Amino acid sequence: MVQNGFKSFGDGAQDFYIFAALPLSFVVAALVGLLLERSVIRLLYGRPLETLLATWGVSLILQQFVRSVSWAMTFGILAVCLLLFGGRAALNKFANLGPRQKLANFVVLVLSAGIGITLGRSLNGSDALAKPWFSARNVDVTAPSWLQDSISVTDTLSFPAARIFIIALTIICLVGTFWFLNKSAWGLRIRAVTQNRDMSACLGIPTKRVDALTFALGSGLAGIAGCAVTLLGSVGPNLGSNYIVDAFMVVVVGGVGKLVGSIVAALLIGIVSYILGSGTLVLMLPSSEALQPLIDMATFFATTSMAKVLVFALIIAFLQVKPAGLFPQKGRSVEA
Amino acid sequence: MIETKPVGKKRRRTLEAGIVIGLTLLLIFVAPLLLSGFRLGLLGRFLALAIVALGVDLIWGYTGLLSLGQGIFFALGGYAFAMHLQLNLAGDGIPEFFGLYGVSELPWFWQPFYSLPVTLIAIVVLPGVVAGLLGYLVFRNRIRGVYFSILTQAMLVVFFNFFNGQQKLINGTNGLTTDTTLLFGQQVGSDRMQFAFYVATVITLALTYGLCRWLTRGRFGRLLIAIRDDENRLRFSGYNPAMFKVLVFAVAGGIAGAAGALYTVQSSGITPQYMSVAFSIEMVIWVAVGGRATLGGAVLGALVVNWAQALLSEQFPEVWLFFQGALFLLVVTVLPKGIVGWLRDDAVRQIRDLLGLQPQLSTYPDIELDPDVKREQRELAGK
Repeated sequence: MVQNGFKSFGDGAQDFYIFAALPLSFVVAALVGLLLERSVIRLLYGRPLETLLATWGVSLILQQFVRSVSWAMTFGILAVCLLLFGGRAALNKFANLGPRQKLANFVVLVLSAGIGITLGRSLNGSDALAKPWFSARNVDVTAPSWLQDSISVTDTLSFPAARIFIIALTIICLVGTFWFLNKSAWGLRIRAVTQNRDMSACLGIPTKRVDALTFALGSGLAGIAGCAVTLLGSVGPNLGSNYIVDAFMVVVVGGVGKLVGSIVAALLIGIVSYILGSGTLVLMLPSSEALQPLIDMATFFATTSMAKVLVFALIIAFLQVKPAGLFPQKGRSVEA
Repeated sequence: MIETKPVGKKRRRTLEAGIVIGLTLLLIFVAPLLLSGFRLGLLGRFLALAIVALGVDLIWGYTGLLSLGQGIFFALGGYAFAMHLQLNLAGDGIPEFFGLYGVSELPWFWQPFYSLPVTLIAIVVLPGVVAGLLGYLVFRNRIRGVYFSILTQAMLVVFFNFFNGQQKLINGTNGLTTDTTLLFGQQVGSDRMQFAFYVATVITLALTYGLCRWLTRGRFGRLLIAIRDDENRLRFSGYNPAMFKVLVFAVAGGIAGAAGALYTVQSSGITPQYMSVAFSIEMVIWVAVGGRATLGGAVLGALVVNWAQALLSEQFPEVWLFFQGALFLLVVTVLPKGIVGWLRDDAVRQIRDLLGLQPQLSTYPDIELDPDVKREQRELAGK
């Protein structure tokens, strides 16, 4: 869920050339993901519902951060960090407080937060420092000129280059992920930890590092996706939330832990919602009296938002038949 | 909650009932004297939200089902009541907004809402039935944990899209206003009616509290907690957890519906925004802040968080989102039991620890004084 936050990170890099922006957004998103994993998510393994809430909290903070980040705020945050960690280090080094140590640390925390916030607020007085870096409005990203053309296959058939580029990008990411998970040494470790964490740890696989790496990789891929989405429309702090539900539905339908499932499910959901939403279904049905109720219904659902309603109903119906998704993971554990 | 003394159980129950009744009377008779009209309106709305929080606590705190879609049931209840009020205003005709979209005939599903009793039943039963149906389709397949949460969120988005898009049926994005409508010949937005709704909210909250306490006590409550803690073991013991989950999800849906209706009339109308993703997740955080699996905590959390939001966003509108995000993080990492759980279990020890005082030891100076040893001695002597 925190991926919404990362997607908006892609937009800063878009002023660069697209090929610089893609790896950069991957790296930035992966680093933020790594930081997050080390600071928060690490504490919450084995508590998936709490993780869901925590990541929602982080995405709220990131969204508002992107909206209102300014020099004054940066200085404030830096001051807090400096005072907090500096104060703690000094305390530990120079003062031996014994049992009062925790109280002292708490006081340092409160004091540094107070000083930082006061500093930030006082700096807010001057306009130059208080001006937000990004605005809350969406930013239109102009794609590089070679992506704005369309590629003509025949005289009548042509594809927009940007979309072809995104399809190619998807295939590259897919192949890359597949190769990484199945052929590389770290991929092997990731799969081992997924299957049996305790046994992997016994055999000397650094499970903590595997966790961090996996999370960073996932965040990085989200960053690339965010970068690709900017080619299709404008970018804003709320960009990710439109996609997040769809992304999870793809995983639920496809089956957890299978790349093939994700691909098939994503294509399936995308195509079905397009056919329903654009009213293609209405055109496809032969117009006869007997089918009239069906046509009426298809017309009723022929908008993008109404198609979502029908697609969700179809997904629920599908889960009645195959509760574990298209490609369920085989295993003997009760907790499938 | 572990009962240490079985004898004190009944006394505790009487005490709890006394406190609830006392607070109810206090809110009805004393609060209006102390608070201004505006603040009292806010309090009424927050109390309505506390009712939803009780429902969320029932399914999340006790049963372990994290629903991110309670907004659906909340809004369904709100829409049901708003539709009745709109029809009341229109009299023999049809509500005014239909004219804007060229609709001259009342859609069929509006018909039942002409009558007040049907509406009042529908406010609770309709969301309950919807929740039960969706719950049945999901729980039957043993979909649970995060997947259940995501499905409920998807459901929420779907309902939002539906209500947002259907201008001709329920006025789409604009929603239904209730302020100018009539109930019992009085304008709903008037001070008198607003106070009546405030009293109704307080009473509903007390009744819902009683209902939740009744459900979570005894055998049914034990089953819910068993589902939360180890569902497989419960199934192996011969129970069908799916049916209990459906039931409790439906009850929470009905509770949310009642809350939604009360909230709607006190905030001048309903829009599809009640089904926004953020609002439904906020409902969860109220419970987390107050304390999961403590009913008092759910109510307290809803009131505290919403007062904080009202105060903070009056002063610094930008800070609220940061604060809310931090609240999510804090509650899951530092304070997993919520305020009430922390006060009950850890507060004394942790504050003493922070002040550097010696922890209280719970050992006995003499082994003969240990209650377990004493009991054993008695048993041996009895033989």
